[in-house]
Amino acid sequence: MKRYAPYIIVVLLALLPFSGLSTYMMHIIILMIMWSVIGMAWNLLGGYCGQVSFGHAAFFGVGAYTAGILYFKLGISAWWGIPLSVVVLALEALVIGFICLRLRGPFFALATLAMGEVLRVTAENLRDFTQGTLGILIKERTWVEKTWYYYIILAIAVLTYIVVKKIIESKLGYYFVAIREDQDAAESLGINTTLYKTIALVISAVLTGLAGAFYTNYMGYIDPEVVFALHDISIITIMIVMVGGVATYWGPVVGAGIMVVLAEWIRSLPRIGTAHQTLFGVLLILIIIFLPNGVVGDFSKIKRALGFGRKV
Amino acid sequence: MTPLLEIKRVSRFFGGLAAVMDVSFNVNKGEIVGLIGPNGAGKTTLFNVINGFYKPSRGDILFKGQRISGLKPHRICRLGIARTFQVVKPLQRMTVLDNVVASAFLRSDSKREAVKKAEEILEFTGLSSEKDKISKGLPLGMRKRLEIARALATEPELLLLDESFAGLNPTELVQSIEVIKKIKERGITILIIEHHMKVIMSISDRVVVLNYGEKIAEGTPEEVSRDPLVIEAYLGEAPAA
Repeated sequence: MKRYAPYIIVVLLALLPFSGLSTYMMHIIILMIMWSVIGMAWNLLGGYCGQVSFGHAAFFGVGAYTAGILYFKLGISAWWGIPLSVVVLALEALVIGFICLRLRGPFFALATLAMGEVLRVTAENLRDFTQGTLGILIKERTWVEKTWYYYIILAIAVLTYIVVKKIIESKLGYYFVAIREDQDAAESLGINTTLYKTIALVISAVLTGLAGAFYTNYMGYIDPEVVFALHDISIITIMIVMVGGVATYWGPVVGAGIMVVLAEWIRSLPRIGTAHQTLFGVLLILIIIFLPNGVVGDFSKIKRALGFGRKV
Repeated sequence: MTPLLEIKRVSRFFGGLAAVMDVSFNVNKGEIVGLIGPNGAGKTTLFNVINGFYKPSRGDILFKGQRISGLKPHRICRLGIARTFQVVKPLQRMTVLDNVVASAFLRSDSKREAVKKAEEILEFTGLSSEKDKISKGLPLGMRKRLEIARALATEPELLLLDESFAGLNPTELVQSIEVIKKIKERGITILIIEHHMKVIMSISDRVVVLNYGEKIAEGTPEEVSRDPLVIEAYLGEAPAA
């Protein structure tokens, strides 16, 4: 049964648009899937390879702007941003990796955080290229209905899931986890840690960039404050994986579901709504204390706490 | 015939401190060479230099006649030198089997081959019964043997063992000695750091003694244990009569 679960889930998701959900609900679900993609991508680098990035907005934003600039400067459909972002993001990740991957642990985290901010400020100031804080508006929407956007992001998510799973079950996956657990030991066991960390970063960045390019097409408007946001992109990405479960296949998906719903719900509350980031902070502290492995990682713990788990 | 490993006048300085000073010796194929010396003599530093974590400040290291000093650890491992760590470094949240599989990938083309090799090595080192356990929870003796298993999985010609016997109880000690002897039978050359004198004297073909970073003696276990300089290094200067 468990073996078929992913297929059943995909089939159910494929049938979802026929269930007559409201446009708003479809929007929420599209966001959830988009965040799942970013979460899974981050998880590959941060969860499995142990290189915690605080700067995934750097990849999301460049993906988004690849699509945006194609439309705005060259006048071609922003959808071309999706294939093109693969190349752009791979190159960007190589450069960022060259700078950041020589650092370890918290120093790597800080360096990536800085990268995200550097790119945000750059995007704000390269006005000829990005329109600065004015942002880029896609004037013609491809579809009014959500259905096709939904299928496109679902396809990207399925692709991401397969890529991550195949990698983790292969030699690469073993090497990533070995690097996470002990970089010196990995190196002395013949693992070229610089090379494999770079591979993890490039794949993670490319997948995140796909989500970014999709975002531009879907939302129709981007500006540096939004797509390069430290708090709304980089930190939320980490939260999604932490809440769902670090280094689990389904953790980022579950985390994305929880976080998108929470974000929508909290923002809709009168007065408290503006404090949603504070509440996220509190949530993160609670998760770290009570469910350090996330909802998926500590699922047995949750079942037991609710009283319907197997008694140990 | 060129020796398997040639250490030629190697020095390693940390600031003004000479951790290893002008050390030269060879390790021949098929030998077990013991590397002993009091605490702080520079044994582990020398390992780190051989294995590529540190570059030698002076001197050269040759493996099968090829210069390896200055190469990165993963390159040196690929050439055929594997090591264990004094402070064990298991890949904690991985199972015992996965630890060894990760290393076996170095010379395997497929996952199936790597897993097969890993299982064989766990059998060889007597860890088969523990293979599905998370390595974090293993007792020290097994973690030390896991280090050896992992190093073996890279199919080395030369194995550097850093205090693989320290802190073991007598039963574990016997098991580990058996493993070392079996490794030698496989034709793998061993350079071993050890404080446990009985062990080192019984398994080594030759012993090299370091003190304050310098080599003070080299020879068979009997020769070395009679050497006055070695006795002095371990027991202190003879009182002036």
